[in-house]
Amino acid sequence: MSDGRPPGAGTGDIAQPQLGAAGWARWAWRQLTSMRTALLLLVLLAVAAVPGSVWPQRRIDPGLVADYRLQHPTLGPWLDRLGFFDVYTSPWFSAVYLLLFVSLLGCVLPRAAAHWRALRTPPPATPTRLDRLPVHARRPVPAGREEQVLAAAEAALRRRRYRVRRLDGARGRPGASVAAEAGHLAETGNLVFHLALVGLLCALAWGSLASWSGQITVVEGRSVSNVVTSYDTFSPGRLVGTGELPPFSVRLDRLDVVFETDTSGSQLGAPRRFDATMTVTDAPGRAPRQVVVSPNNPLQVGGTRAFLVGNGYAPVLTVRDGRGQVAFSGPVTTRPMNGDYTSIMVVKVPDAQPRQIGLAGVFLPTYGVDADGVPVSRFPQALDPRVVVQVFVSAPGEDGLGVNTGVPQSVFRLDTRQMTRLDGADGGPLQLVLAPGTTADLPDGSGSVTFEGYSRFAALDVHDDPSRGWALATSALALAGLTASLHVRRRRVWVRVLPGTGDGPATLEAGALPRRDDPALVEEVDRLLADLLAAVAGPSTPGDSSGSARGQNESDPQALPREAETHWGRR
Amino acid sequence: MSTVSEGLAQVSNTLVYSSMLVYTAALGAFVADLAQRSPALPAARTADRGRLVGVGGSGPAADASSEDRDGGRSVPDDALEVTTAAGPVRTRAAGIAVALTWLALALHLGAVVARAAAVQRVPWGNMYEFATAGALVVTGVYLVVLTRRRDLTFLGTFVTGPVLLTLGLAVTVFYTEAAQLVPALQSFWLVIHVSVAFVASALFTLGFSATVLQLLQERRESARTAGATPGRGRFLDALPTAADLERLAYRMHVAAFPLWGFTLIAGAIWAEKAWGRYWNWDPKETWTFVIWIVYAAYLHARATRGWDGRRAAYLAIAGYACLLANFLLVNLFAVGLHSYA
Repeated sequence: MSDGRPPGAGTGDIAQPQLGAAGWARWAWRQLTSMRTALLLLVLLAVAAVPGSVWPQRRIDPGLVADYRLQHPTLGPWLDRLGFFDVYTSPWFSAVYLLLFVSLLGCVLPRAAAHWRALRTPPPATPTRLDRLPVHARRPVPAGREEQVLAAAEAALRRRRYRVRRLDGARGRPGASVAAEAGHLAETGNLVFHLALVGLLCALAWGSLASWSGQITVVEGRSVSNVVTSYDTFSPGRLVGTGELPPFSVRLDRLDVVFETDTSGSQLGAPRRFDATMTVTDAPGRAPRQVVVSPNNPLQVGGTRAFLVGNGYAPVLTVRDGRGQVAFSGPVTTRPMNGDYTSIMVVKVPDAQPRQIGLAGVFLPTYGVDADGVPVSRFPQALDPRVVVQVFVSAPGEDGLGVNTGVPQSVFRLDTRQMTRLDGADGGPLQLVLAPGTTADLPDGSGSVTFEGYSRFAALDVHDDPSRGWALATSALALAGLTASLHVRRRRVWVRVLPGTGDGPATLEAGALPRRDDPALVEEVDRLLADLLAAVAGPSTPGDSSGSARGQNESDPQALPREAETHWGRR
Repeated sequence: MSTVSEGLAQVSNTLVYSSMLVYTAALGAFVADLAQRSPALPAARTADRGRLVGVGGSGPAADASSEDRDGGRSVPDDALEVTTAAGPVRTRAAGIAVALTWLALALHLGAVVARAAAVQRVPWGNMYEFATAGALVVTGVYLVVLTRRRDLTFLGTFVTGPVLLTLGLAVTVFYTEAAQLVPALQSFWLVIHVSVAFVASALFTLGFSATVLQLLQERRESARTAGATPGRGRFLDALPTAADLERLAYRMHVAAFPLWGFTLIAGAIWAEKAWGRYWNWDPKETWTFVIWIVYAAYLHARATRGWDGRRAAYLAIAGYACLLANFLLVNLFAVGLHSYA
């Protein structure tokens, strides 16, 4: 490895090899692909994955992230900068798993080459001293049966799925023998497992590039079509063009929601069923079909799937402006905040003349008032619905709502900086509490608000991911490889027959070498020898039928002492 | 439209309490068994242990060959039985303990089945049901292992103890009335994903117990090698050597690891059917992944020079800590698609 100086003979120095750039690169590569590095990277990966479960993640709930940043004004932005709100796409997390995979490949590919070569080499030759192996045994066999015994050994080992090679006694090795090897499947499984993980990573990468998802809200009685503008949120992968969405449309006929009404338990109000009955038109001109969609039963349409992930109430309001004309009429999507479906609602009426109107408040399916006098919902089912809102107006003729500025706004947030809140008769803020079918007139002739009734809406998560089949296939392959590598035993077995002296019995000797911890090997050798001796017709000798590894200490004059037992020697 | 049977739910609760009583008795018997074993050791074996460990060889093989020379029996190195010249030590306490554990298992099984019948679905839909069903599987797996390896009664204390703790936690902190499942859980995959997770967790629990015993035994053995008299924990003398325990722990972990991989995959398949994505780094998914990675690190450690034995044991313990965190912390505190408690 040195491209440097000759050994420092005569200088009294220890001459160290100088590593050039290539040498250092080789050293770094060897360190990277070593087991120790893989181990450290694995532990690092586990540690690096944990923050994503501690801090809110943008990909799961961006609202929570925004809340966290508001509550932690100094820590929040720093965490954001360091990537703690997007852990799994952050540079440091990616670095860990990419390094891990490089290390994996750098170790697995040479091992695969070595395994390929090993698969093509025959079992190794029989060692001279079989009694030095961890498992060894001897049995006497009648003389003259050597050939029969070895043939039986070959057949028995082949039956047990060993690769077998026959060797003649020669060149100082006493006795003919049979060499056998099994368990290559373990290493094959190991390699398959690791390579399948690489395949899985590729599938994941492809998935993130080629998949898209988005959320659509559809109100009962209404229909939406699958274009980008219908989506509340739309996240395409890099390779997805927005013009490529399949052209289906869905109409929500009815949303049946059932909550637990059993007052005796703690599960009162827990959701029990969500069934959305929908009419689906797969493409313009095709006949519509009706489907029932529920949480574990998505809608399959246009090659994509739409999942029912949320629902809520959509109260229908009519807002009349100061001139008496209807400025807004229709359902308002609300956002449920808790299990009792206290839902935020915001209505922006920019077309009201002369002053724009904004309503902000809550929709309560079952009206109640808590200890502080704040209106809350008592039960998620609409047993006694109310709309509770405050009213804001802009200056006459001005765009106080800000809808014409071109800056996008959240539909659940009303920016009241340019608006004036209307006051009630008692001087405090005006709070309208509307029951279904009632109308409230706004003071100063600003208009009126009518709560007509309510519908429900369903939030659908539409999703398409072409990589999922590949991900499943590679992970199943990985699991199969893993099971094989952990449970298949790599073993080598040798059987030799030593001719006896004169007419005395010959000795059948067997030895086995496990690759690692292998308690069943002793039994295997025992059974093999028993099979061989049974296959050799002849007077049975007392030493035959023993052979339990636990050893019976019965002494037998005919059996070779102690060597009739199968031994565990050194490991 | 509640189809929950209150009567059966009451039966289930009664059976849980009775099984806890029997578990306590079994725990007592297992502890008595451990305490009884120490004096039954032949002095030679204790002396052997000290000498052999001093030589620095790996315990069991050296044991075997020395016993050969002593004219004894040749013992394969996976025999964890405590033997005397007369045969394996089988105290009466151990027999009683195992019988009591079977009885407790029967009562526990009855409780879980009654709960399932009460709510007409698989009995694992909330924390209480997870805890009781999970503890049942731990006991069941241990007893199955015990039928094949009779010498593992020493693990009994470390199985019935945690099971009792879990049941106690379940009935006091986690208890929920029998009721239907939230709609998101009403799927066949609930059966597959969770039951495999239970079996894998049970095996991890057994492996964890063996690992803890291994570390304690190792400390004791190294104290003996250093010439000092080891401190408390005489019951450890009746247990197999650290190397044997390590191998037992390895076998448990090796059985559990592919099952946990299957849990991960089954969870992803279910997530794909229910939420549209097979992997969203939801906290529970993340922690399941973390557990898998930590145990993968444990398996790698055993194959890395210089990392086997004690350091690998630490990784196994870390993995089990993550398993507990997954069950307790994530279910209760983390927010995601998995919050069901």
